[in-house]
Amino acid sequence: MNRSFIARNPSVLIFIVILALFTLGVTVLSEAFGTGFLSTSFVKTLGKTLCLCLVAVAMDLVWGYCGILSLGHFAFFGLGGYMIGMWLMYERTRDIVVGSLAEAPIPPTEQEIVDGIGTQIFGVVGSNEFPVIWAFSDSLLIQLLLVVLVPGLLALVFGWLAFRSRVAGVYLSILTQAMTLALALYLFQNDSGLRGNNGLSGLQNLPGLGGVPQSVVSMWFLWGSAAALGLGYFLSAWVVSGKFGSVVRGIRDNEARVRFLGYSVETYKLVVFTLTACIAGIAGALYYPQAGIINPAEIAPIASIYLAVWVAIGGRGRLYGAVIGAAFVSLVSSWFTGGRAPDIPLGFYTIKWVDWWLVLLGLSFVLVTLFAPRGIGGLVDLWTDRRHPDRHGADLGPDKGSLREREADE
Amino acid sequence: MSTLLEVSGVSVNFDGFQAINNLSFQIGSAEMRAIIGPNGAGKTTFMDIVTGKTRPDEGRIIFGEKSKSLIGMNEARIAREGIGRKFQKPTVFEDQTVQENLLLSLKNQRGPLAVLFYKPTEADLAKVSSLADDIGLGKELLRKSGELSHGQKQWLEIGMLLAQEPRLLLVDEPAAGMTPEEREHTTDILVEAAKTRAVVVVEHDMEFVRRLNCRVTVLHEGSVLAEGSLDHVTADQNVIDVYLGR
Ligand SMILES: Nc1ncnc2c1ncn2[C@@H]1O[C@H](COP(=O)(O)OP(=O)(O)O)[C@@H](O)[C@H]1O
Ligand SMILES: [Mg+2]
Repeated sequence: MNRSFIARNPSVLIFIVILALFTLGVTVLSEAFGTGFLSTSFVKTLGKTLCLCLVAVAMDLVWGYCGILSLGHFAFFGLGGYMIGMWLMYERTRDIVVGSLAEAPIPPTEQEIVDGIGTQIFGVVGSNEFPVIWAFSDSLLIQLLLVVLVPGLLALVFGWLAFRSRVAGVYLSILTQAMTLALALYLFQNDSGLRGNNGLSGLQNLPGLGGVPQSVVSMWFLWGSAAALGLGYFLSAWVVSGKFGSVVRGIRDNEARVRFLGYSVETYKLVVFTLTACIAGIAGALYYPQAGIINPAEIAPIASIYLAVWVAIGGRGRLYGAVIGAAFVSLVSSWFTGGRAPDIPLGFYTIKWVDWWLVLLGLSFVLVTLFAPRGIGGLVDLWTDRRHPDRHGADLGPDKGSLREREADE
Repeated sequence: MSTLLEVSGVSVNFDGFQAINNLSFQIGSAEMRAIIGPNGAGKTTFMDIVTGKTRPDEGRIIFGEKSKSLIGMNEARIAREGIGRKFQKPTVFEDQTVQENLLLSLKNQRGPLAVLFYKPTEADLAKVSSLADDIGLGKELLRKSGELSHGQKQWLEIGMLLAQEPRLLLVDEPAAGMTPEEREHTTDILVEAAKTRAVVVVEHDMEFVRRLNCRVTVLHEGSVLAEGSLDHVTADQNVIDVYLGR
């Protein structure tokens, strides 16, 4: 019981080692620092995938461990992206405006520069005024803080309202969907202050570093994303390993019992919900500079549902399952939808994967849920020789989110 | 002996159905009490009210020397005041080991921060293993509690309650589904526990109640029908009519 955290959780060490080897491998094969076998755009895909793995770890924490099926965590992911995107876009535009005004005979005043930036950024939505929410967009430090604070605060307020009224199960899932939908619809409006459906763009260009080629920038972000995933994984594993994890898994399987033991279930749920929202925000802040653009479609309700599907396919209630699920499904998805998968001509009909991929994904989700509830991560059990308990089909607790017989081990 | 819990004039109405009707009840600080009564008499609802799961429509519930009112407190708060509860069905955390179940219940700080940085001390671990011995699970500490037999789960749940060090223990039908030997062991655990705290046991089985050797309260249609020794209440004509005589 008192052995060190790593000794008790060897999978954390294994994960970190694999992640480090992966990062090293990509570096060696990259255009910027290695043989150039991997294209810069593929390096970006890999870097983005690491961010998706991180948000999947957060999803597993809130759903797989705490039993809260949140279908709104992509809202937090997107907000993180918007927060860093504001700084990137402001400073980048400032570089351009200062550059173009430098030719003018009289040096521009500070006000002229700011007005120029405003016209550049908000011209597309018929405005040139900076909305209030851009007040700190010239400060990297503040916008970095907002990456964590804005999603965290939204989660705190939303969670406080929902958990305090004991909203749980399907109703909570629906409420989180409503939250992300409402946020997306709000951001779609031109006067939301975040450029409506244009979103924020040009995020791949780092202000002041215009001379650095994208091949190098992409590697910086890959390293950053790998470090964030490693830290996030470690933190999550530590949080769920001790007594806190015990309480949280207790809440997943039998909330009432935890309550009668004297734990404030609502507070614990709120802590986990908010913590995972902050992790999602960080993942989003690393993702969108690699994607180059963020718009409100990113936080459409379906995105958060995909997140749950990844975790389910990877195997919930085990952090590496979430990582495997997110990496596998998102990479396979970009292969199918990127038009690289060969079409299958059936004579009377040709299966085009761009259209049929979603059907395939939906089908795999149903099959995994029905026949392999431990997901891809469950394959690890074949090797470590873990077995299911025989409970004649009974779940491990009375609550909706509780572990099912075939997800548990003896 | 001082009064630990005083329930007076409590009523609960579920959509027109009077489940508890002007019920009054008292128990001392180191007393065993059995509650009997036909199905639907309101025994479980009574426990729901005391533990904060159900809010009474009227009446008072006073607990402890400081005479705190429990009405309006939530379940977790009431549990922290020192009231432990065992459910009718055994409810333990089946995906966790016996040791984890007991550590979770052990009287300690309950806030998220304290729990996050909690490391079991030697004393805590010793307490857990001696508790496990008391409830006959000393050898099962590292087994998942979902693998235990029905009777063992019932004991584990009682062990979890004792780990909380409550001043009042509410136990709902502990002997249901147990073998005769298991029942005997359960009686021993409860009698031992009642030496230092108040214990309220709801039970159907008369033999079991007789072995507890304590005062008995008979509930019927949400209020107290009779109270006294087992021989006294079983001789009561009202009790015979509504319950024993069926
Ligand atoms: N939440 C509830 N809503 C409606 N009726 C209830 C509720 N809880 C209990 N009852 C009713 O109150 C009566 C007393 O139930 P209970 O306290 O469980 O009896 P028992 O003495 O068998 O434990 C029963 O008729 C039951 O149907
Ligand atoms: Mg009952």
